[in-house]
Amino acid sequence: MIQTKPAPAVPGFDYAPSPETTPVKVRDRYGLFIGGDWVAPKSGECFATINPATEEKLADVAFANAEDVDRAVEAARRAYDKYWRKMPGSERAKYVYRIGRALTERSREFAVLESMDGGKPIRESRDFDVPQAAAHFFYHAGWADKLEWAVQSPERIHSLGVVGAIVPWNFPLLIATWKIAPALACGNTIVLKPAETTPLTALLLAQVIQEADLPPGVVNVVTGDGRTGSALVEHNDTDKLSFTGSTEVGKMIRRSTAGTGKKLALELGGKAALIVYDDAPLDQVIEGIVSAIYFNQGHVCCAGSRLLLQEPIYEEIIERLHARIETLRLGNPLDKNTDIGAINSRMQRDRIVEMVNSGISEGAHLVQASCPLPERGYWYPASFFTNVQPTHRIAREEIFGPVLSIMTFRTADEAIERANNLPYGLSAGIWTASGQLGMYTAARMQAGVVWCNTFNQFDPSSPFGGYKESGFGREGGLAGLRDYLR
Amino acid sequence: MLEARATILTKRSIKKSSKLAGIDIAIACMDLTTLEGKDSPGKVRSICARAISPAPGVRSVAAVCVYPTLVPECVRALEGSSVLVASVATAFPSGLSPLDVKLRETREAVAMGADEIDMVIDRGALLAGRETEVFAQIVAIKEACGQTTLKVILEAGELGSYATIRRACDIALAAGADFIKTSTGKIPISTTPGIALLMAESLRDHQRKTGRAAGLKLAGGIRTTKAALGYLSLIKETLGDAWLHPDRFRIGASSLLDDLLMQREKEITGSYSALAYVAQA
Repeated sequence: MIQTKPAPAVPGFDYAPSPETTPVKVRDRYGLFIGGDWVAPKSGECFATINPATEEKLADVAFANAEDVDRAVEAARRAYDKYWRKMPGSERAKYVYRIGRALTERSREFAVLESMDGGKPIRESRDFDVPQAAAHFFYHAGWADKLEWAVQSPERIHSLGVVGAIVPWNFPLLIATWKIAPALACGNTIVLKPAETTPLTALLLAQVIQEADLPPGVVNVVTGDGRTGSALVEHNDTDKLSFTGSTEVGKMIRRSTAGTGKKLALELGGKAALIVYDDAPLDQVIEGIVSAIYFNQGHVCCAGSRLLLQEPIYEEIIERLHARIETLRLGNPLDKNTDIGAINSRMQRDRIVEMVNSGISEGAHLVQASCPLPERGYWYPASFFTNVQPTHRIAREEIFGPVLSIMTFRTADEAIERANNLPYGLSAGIWTASGQLGMYTAARMQAGVVWCNTFNQFDPSSPFGGYKESGFGREGGLAGLRDYLR
Repeated sequence: MLEARATILTKRSIKKSSKLAGIDIAIACMDLTTLEGKDSPGKVRSICARAISPAPGVRSVAAVCVYPTLVPECVRALEGSSVLVASVATAFPSGLSPLDVKLRETREAVAMGADEIDMVIDRGALLAGRETEVFAQIVAIKEACGQTTLKVILEAGELGSYATIRRACDIALAAGADFIKTSTGKIPISTTPGIALLMAESLRDHQRKTGRAAGLKLAGGIRTTKAALGYLSLIKETLGDAWLHPDRFRIGASSLLDDLLMQREKEITGSYSALAYVAQA
């Protein structure tokens, strides 16, 4: 166009750093939360939890050995017999609701702590993890005095007893609440074992629970590593185990609990397929892919890590996706404008590097965002592989990082076959403008959750869980609630 | 996904030096607008004076946007400044007049000295499926504009779906629009983050396919600095920094300038001024 008058120069527009400044009090040392009190571990040991974005130590956390776990289960059993199983649902509801309220009131503090301990962007912990966690308490508070409507027969509204819960490091607070909220609403007491690298928000939640005046022992938190988890799994006085984590550990738990009569729920790994048909709106598809694989640095069990593109749109999607990952802002997780935070631990970063190397050596082509990585901390740029073959490791094994494997298909049936041709089955994504094609494909997905023209939509009223080696049992909704009753 | 993405982009945290830079860009890209039945030469002179010098030490805005009969007054008042004269035309705001009437209105506005023409598309024709007619009308108006910049108002809030808005963007760009513009500002839903992102995506795709960079004008409903900065982020991250320039980006607004000046003062001095300290037109 022709300007009749020269336009004056304008300033540049870059985002100044905008770190979240809500102060968070992190104690130097944390004990175990057992029987309503903070107690020193019998093990006499502790371990450090670090900030993966800076590699700086945040706190020393108590290590719970088998004796400590035993104490916690005993406290939970006592609380179950003495208070919680006898308390009317309407009273339990008040406590569950109170925890939800406290979590909401202190939401920014929880979000900052979650980002410090785990490396996820503050935008995600602030807008997703913490509000969802609070929503789970509110949702389940509502059920506590209405359980006879949740099950078909009134004789099935008995609580189970003591629940052992083991949660992973990718959504430390949120997945803990997926287990705590329904357990409490249904009249069970609980022993929670947070992940070794991310114990702090569970410990802050314990503080909130203490301040909410829950009867002592209804919720107990034992921190530690795999040994602590094993002790909890092998303890013979729990009535249910709920585990979220890797398929490998899930299998061990299933072996160990076989024949014990304990209820078991496992939410394990995944390698979800995103099927994109050539009639899909491509800009929406790109955003769907970004959410599916780069949300929380790809540390998501339901991440859409296999992209199946219909051949006619293959090149266009690759070009657009490449341009899009260049716009992702990687850096300080506490900066409000950060899109990609830190990788949760050195171990996980090494695992991602190892998987990516296997992809390269098997002949796939790696494309990565060109952004510089901070010198300290654990980082990995948004990446994807083209020229991936279904037999490659990167097409079959969970990477649990911001790395996408891209393949193609010709027909719907071929896409469905490829999507289902794995031992996993947690989630799936379908992109098409055709309602008919979307329904046809969704009905044939072997996955616990199927998202159509969207991804990563969660709600406490909607059950979540897997097929095949992605586990069994559901969390959220009526199906999830019933798993905490007998 | 469109609205979710638009929400993230318009909620970026813009602080300190970025905020000040953003405010200056928003002012530089502003089409200060008065489009009322009661507009008079006196009112236009006031608006033009403010457009040239919004406040002491503050740069001029990009353009003043008026009805065609007020173009001569606007031209006189803006003479010697960098501020362009923009005129709505083509039976604004409905667009429902015969094509020859719309063409004549356009030619006269150009002849009277308008640097830019803001036309409206025939939404009735588009929704009735007469896309070629909509396309042909834009081509005809563009021809009538000659060297004058043409902004094409889609009135997105009337089009009923994102798919239709996107279709309208593609038609307008194919027909040679120099800018595509969200709204007349005369209806309740004018500019939303979702609409802005969708239009930005169409501009990006148009450039990718044809190599031609056209501009985006957001008009209606943008009243706060926070909202304006949100749209700057949306454009920066969708189209790139090259679009944060009056050649490729405009905000059509009447009251936004007040808040921009107040926020600018606050960034510089650390305290808010009352509205009474901001000279209005």
